[in-house]
Amino acid sequence: MLTVHHYLVLGAILFTLGTIGVLTRRNAIVIFMCIELMLNSVNLTFIALSRHLGNLDGQIFVFFVMAVAAAEAAIGLALMITFFRNKESVNVEDFNLLKS
Amino acid sequence: MHSYDYLWLIPLFPLLGALINGLLGKKIKNETVIGAIGTLAIASSFVISVIYFFRLLGDSQKVHEQVIASWISVGTLQVDWGFLFDPLSALMLLVVTGVGSLIHLYSIGYMHGEEGYYRYFSYLNLFCFSMLMLVLGNNALVMFIGWEGVGLCSYLLIGYYFHKKSAGDAAKKAFVVNRVGDFGFLLGLFLLFWTLGSAHGVWTVNFVEIQANAHLLGAGGAIVTAITLLFFLGATGKSAQIPLYTWLPDAMEGPTPVSALIHAATMVTAGVYMIARMNGLFAMAPDTMMVIAIVGAATAIFAASIGLAQNDIKRVLAYSTVSQLGFMFLAVGVGAFTAGVFHLMTHAFFKACLFLGSGSVIHAMHHALHHAHVHDDPQDMRNMGGLRKHMPITHITFLVATLAIAGVPLFSGFFSKDEILHWAIGSTHGHWGLWLVALFTAGLTAFYMFRLVFMTFYGQERMVEKAKKHLHESPAVITIPLIVLAVLSVFGGYVGVPELMWGAHRLEHFLDPVFGATMATYGIGMLPHSAAFEWGMVAAAVIVATSGILLAVFMYHMRPDLPGKVVASFQGAYRTIHNKWYVDEIYDALFVNPTKRLGTFLWKGFDVKGIDGIVNGLGKLVQLFSGALRITQSGLVHNYALTMVLGMVVIVAFYVFR
Repeated sequence: MLTVHHYLVLGAILFTLGTIGVLTRRNAIVIFMCIELMLNSVNLTFIALSRHLGNLDGQIFVFFVMAVAAAEAAIGLALMITFFRNKESVNVEDFNLLKS
Repeated sequence: MHSYDYLWLIPLFPLLGALINGLLGKKIKNETVIGAIGTLAIASSFVISVIYFFRLLGDSQKVHEQVIASWISVGTLQVDWGFLFDPLSALMLLVVTGVGSLIHLYSIGYMHGEEGYYRYFSYLNLFCFSMLMLVLGNNALVMFIGWEGVGLCSYLLIGYYFHKKSAGDAAKKAFVVNRVGDFGFLLGLFLLFWTLGSAHGVWTVNFVEIQANAHLLGAGGAIVTAITLLFFLGATGKSAQIPLYTWLPDAMEGPTPVSALIHAATMVTAGVYMIARMNGLFAMAPDTMMVIAIVGAATAIFAASIGLAQNDIKRVLAYSTVSQLGFMFLAVGVGAFTAGVFHLMTHAFFKACLFLGSGSVIHAMHHALHHAHVHDDPQDMRNMGGLRKHMPITHITFLVATLAIAGVPLFSGFFSKDEILHWAIGSTHGHWGLWLVALFTAGLTAFYMFRLVFMTFYGQERMVEKAKKHLHESPAVITIPLIVLAVLSVFGGYVGVPELMWGAHRLEHFLDPVFGATMATYGIGMLPHSAAFEWGMVAAAVIVATSGILLAVFMYHMRPDLPGKVVASFQGAYRTIHNKWYVDEIYDALFVNPTKRLGTFLWKGFDVKGIDGIVNGLGKLVQLFSGALRITQSGLVHNYALTMVLGMVVIVAFYVFR
């Protein structure tokens, strides 16, 4: 029997994986995917708790998060492509134009 | 009832002249036109002054006030643009505009070919405007405008040859020393206004009201003594008395007509005029009167002693002016306001004549030396001698004025100086010590003035041979003012012949509406003396003056080798007075250099190290902190993300394990 705890633990594991990915990886696209993973782990947690508590607020929040994530993906990928055209790299350590 | 409605035209004409020449002079270019504008402006004022003077003579009411407009109106302080026309200001107007007109005329010839001709006439007219405001103002603030205005014009005209460093320095010195006196004037005025207002409910700066209400201050009180001493400090600055006289001899760097007008005849007498104007106030403070008399007598003898050993013709006259101003202050100090104003008038005539005469000599010497291509100093009397053959008119007029200043009987200076001497011993405020000093000074005056005459006009011609044939008399535009002033130097004294000498002393009666009430109220007057005593005083003065002249004749005419021997045997004393008692050096050591050192300290120590140090130190501090903080701004996204996560962990941990 799957309880709400299983969902919450899965969400926490996915979030931690995402966080570690963001902190350790250098490839901007991988970091980007890790951020998506974190967002979706939060979505999972929202849904699970919404169902457990019988309250629809969490589900509405998920729609917001998905909309923001879609917008962020569009802008982020566009930036990534522009950057790649200039530097032929997607390594975040090369993102240092403002550094003197 | 007589009308004086056009009084405001008197200062207006010179102002217009100054504006026209100042703004358009560069375009006009023509020297004759510029000179004519300047001279006509002041001559017009002279004509009006003469008309109003005679109108006042026939008028039963002697004091007239005319208010043009309200100037300041703040609460209890009400100040008008107002003029006061009474016998005192009428007399001063005649002197200022009359002597001023002659000097303007003289300047047309003297300044011929100088660079900035229009600038000169513009300043000269501006000076006349300021002086007339000073004389005519019916309140102390309008007088102060004139007071500052003449100081400014004096600065501008002393520094007329501004490309010469000595002229620029002299101008600055005159201005700074005058500022010291001006602070005295202002503080005195503030104290007077505040005391009369807060303690007695009379908020005023008007001279007529001050005169009428001065008695409220209480005779001899500390406050009134303080007020009058502060005003007197102002007078010492403007009128070159100890301790603020040092600027006047240096002021001789200006063109000679300027020395004649500003530093002999008019501006330097402003202090005497101011004290005479507020006689009711000064009479309240016998201590101040005593100080004025002592300072006047001390200045007279001190400056005369320096005049003995100067070789620059203008410097001798400058110290003579300081000395004669001392006589005037001695007069007002012993309560002889009329005698002070009388001497002011006669001194304006003969000293203007002397200065203009010396200008004529310098002009000729400069011209001759220039043609001979030598660089000798045209003002040094050691290069002169025997000029009477070359310059007969200058010689005669100069001699007449010298006889007047020496106090030879029947010349103008005799009557005014004799009256001062008489009051110095015989007045209720007099003292035989003051008389003795003044008498001795009169002898010195006669001596050094005749020394000057003999060194300049008599004896051997000491200038270089080549220069002699270029010496000639000055043009008519220069000699005519000399002749007029010489005539005035002779006859100017006859308005004040004392009753003792079968005169009527018309001047005293004329000025009575200004001084009479004060003299009567405070018991200032002559002690009763026998006619024999008075004749004795006159005889003493004449004998002293004559012996001074005879000594000069003996030393500088009959035995020209004698002065050198005298100097040789009194080396130390000669050097001391030749170097002006080292007063300039003492002032430098006591005031100028400490002030400079303080300035340097404030600049290098306080400003650069202190103020700049604080500001730069703050900047350095900010840089230090930001240097430490910038290590955290690596520019690497990972570091930021890690910091954020760690922060979150800390916050979560805080709430979980609380």
